[in-house]
Amino acid sequence: MRAVKSTDGQVLSKAATGIEGFDEISLGGLPRNRTTLIMGGPGAGKSVFALQTLVGAARKSRQAGIFVAFEENIASIVANSAAFDWNLPALMRKRLFFMNAQLSPAFVATGDFDLGGMLAMLEAKQAEIDARWVVFDGIDVLLSLLRTPRAKMREIYRLRDWLTRRELTAIITTKIDGEVASADSSNYGFMQFMVDCVVRFDRRMEQGIPVRRLEISKYRGSAFAPGEFPLSFGPHGMEVASPGPTDLPQEASTERVSTGFEGLDQMLGGGLFRGSSTLITGAPGTSKTTLAGLFAESACRRGERTLFVSFDEGGERVRRNLKSVGIQLDPHVKSGMLQMYSGRTDSVNPEEHLLRISAKIAAHRPRCVVIDPLSAISRTGALSSARAIGNRLIYKLHDHRITAVITALVDGDDPGSEATELQVSTIADNWIQLSYLVCGGERNRALTIVKCRGTRHSNQVRELMLSDQGVALADVYSSGGEVLMGTLRWEKEVEEKSRALLRQDESAQKRRELQFAEADASARIAALQLDLERQRAALALYARDDAARHLSSGERQTEVRRLRGANGNDTATSVARRRKVSPAASTRRNGNGQERSRRGE
Amino acid sequence: MASKRKKKVAAKEAVTTVVVMRLYIAGRAPNSVKAIANLEAICRQHLKDSYKLEIVDVCEHPRRALDDGILVTPSLAKLSPTPGAHVIGNLSDTHSVLAALGVHLAPAT
Repeated sequence: MRAVKSTDGQVLSKAATGIEGFDEISLGGLPRNRTTLIMGGPGAGKSVFALQTLVGAARKSRQAGIFVAFEENIASIVANSAAFDWNLPALMRKRLFFMNAQLSPAFVATGDFDLGGMLAMLEAKQAEIDARWVVFDGIDVLLSLLRTPRAKMREIYRLRDWLTRRELTAIITTKIDGEVASADSSNYGFMQFMVDCVVRFDRRMEQGIPVRRLEISKYRGSAFAPGEFPLSFGPHGMEVASPGPTDLPQEASTERVSTGFEGLDQMLGGGLFRGSSTLITGAPGTSKTTLAGLFAESACRRGERTLFVSFDEGGERVRRNLKSVGIQLDPHVKSGMLQMYSGRTDSVNPEEHLLRISAKIAAHRPRCVVIDPLSAISRTGALSSARAIGNRLIYKLHDHRITAVITALVDGDDPGSEATELQVSTIADNWIQLSYLVCGGERNRALTIVKCRGTRHSNQVRELMLSDQGVALADVYSSGGEVLMGTLRWEKEVEEKSRALLRQDESAQKRRELQFAEADASARIAALQLDLERQRAALALYARDDAARHLSSGERQTEVRRLRGANGNDTATSVARRRKVSPAASTRRNGNGQERSRRGE
Repeated sequence: MASKRKKKVAAKEAVTTVVVMRLYIAGRAPNSVKAIANLEAICRQHLKDSYKLEIVDVCEHPRRALDDGILVTPSLAKLSPTPGAHVIGNLSDTHSVLAALGVHLAPAT
């Protein structure tokens, strides 16, 4: 009862393994004073995991451990781990005890046996070095000697009870093949029930490159990150690719970061958002690296630490090539603002690159990162794992709020392949596509912004021009549905210019003509006006003349009458008046009179 | 250690081949008790007096067992004559124990 109580009380106590990534996915390490079962095929990394945990405990927590090796002999274990910076021989003098538990093939088994003796020995050793950890590496070898399942179960129980009693944090590794015999698997199934934590290791060949993964399939009394996590071996030993916090509250920055290229900034509505990732895809030679270099240079000029990751091309060469288009990275490397990381992709597996880049990010703490080209990691190894790595890399950059420019090589002009093999285009915030347009015997570079999250961006295809002064963007002409670039664009520009001149001349001419016509018309109007006035004057003159003539004739009659002696002065005036009335008016009056008389009747 | 050396000397001096053995047991564990009984029976029946047996209790002498590279109990080591042999288990199978010890059943019949 006491044992149960004490173990229950320690449910949440965990012992860190010191293995990078594993302590994160297991939320703290292995269950302290409990037993963890490591299962996996050959070469999956079980023994390394177990030994590295002991090494970590011995170095960091100064806790001693015992490694019981059933499978490998100790000399080969020490030799194998020489690749890591563990310094096993030094540890073996103090805190690490190896027990060679290899059963020689000469052993003859007759009848039942048990682990009582071994446990007694271990107990003595534990007391001697005050061990807190114990590893049983390859317990399957030992169990295979036990004939009956009952005996196996009994010994596993014996082991478990002993471990509980001794308050040891134990790691038991066991080999499982892809297709385990059902009898055996039931045996391992039983072991899985018995222990508090089960970690499965897996090693698969994907396109000729071994890919290792681990998965925590059970953890009594504790949460853990579910799923398979890739692992790889670095200089410090095993590293597990931990995805980092799963739901990170990503603050969306509205700060704009220049791409180092004014024209592009304008197209992007002011630049890239801080912490965004930008994918630049394009065929070979479409100057992806140049754009990436511009970004890096401008970041360094702003005083932001930058990491430039170049695959398959050394940092020196990258800088030399960029110098030819006026991008100077050397001073920034000297000042320490810029760090370069160059990795070969033919020999190093993608997982390793990710870990190395992560280490660089942790050490340099850059605000801007360039990866050129990310597509290189998909060349070796499995595409599916390369994809996962690409995604994880971008997520990692997001998590660190790093503004990233990532280039990816796209083969051919197939627009479908723009989506990139790595399928990072869906994760990246921005996507700039560079392509060649071949027309008029020339190959010109075109730049398009395919997507740009959270920004109104230009939808125009622009021509990208490189010179030793740098890069520039030019508008492209589209005529008859065809985009014109390079010389054709220049010709078109010249043509447009001359046409504009011609049009200008033509319109000036037209204006003059119209002015002339207008002047002509108004001159004519003036002449007519003068004519009109003349006519009016003539008319007035005539009227006056006429009146004068009538008047003089009337006077003449009066004079005649007066001279003849008649005194009909009234008559003379009535006659004159009657003459003045127009004939039409007199007839109207007469007509009216007739109507009135008719009504009277 | 002294007794061990004496037995080896005795083995060399014996006219008939003396089998020198060491049995590692773990206290009163059932398999260990069985092994002692089985081995004693085999010796009585097939080896008569031409054997030397040392019994080491691992629980009492863990360091010694550790140095001898003992893993499981019970565990029987044949030390001489050469070739040596190692038999694990409670020695319930007389034939395979005798075969491992290099004792042929022919003289007995």
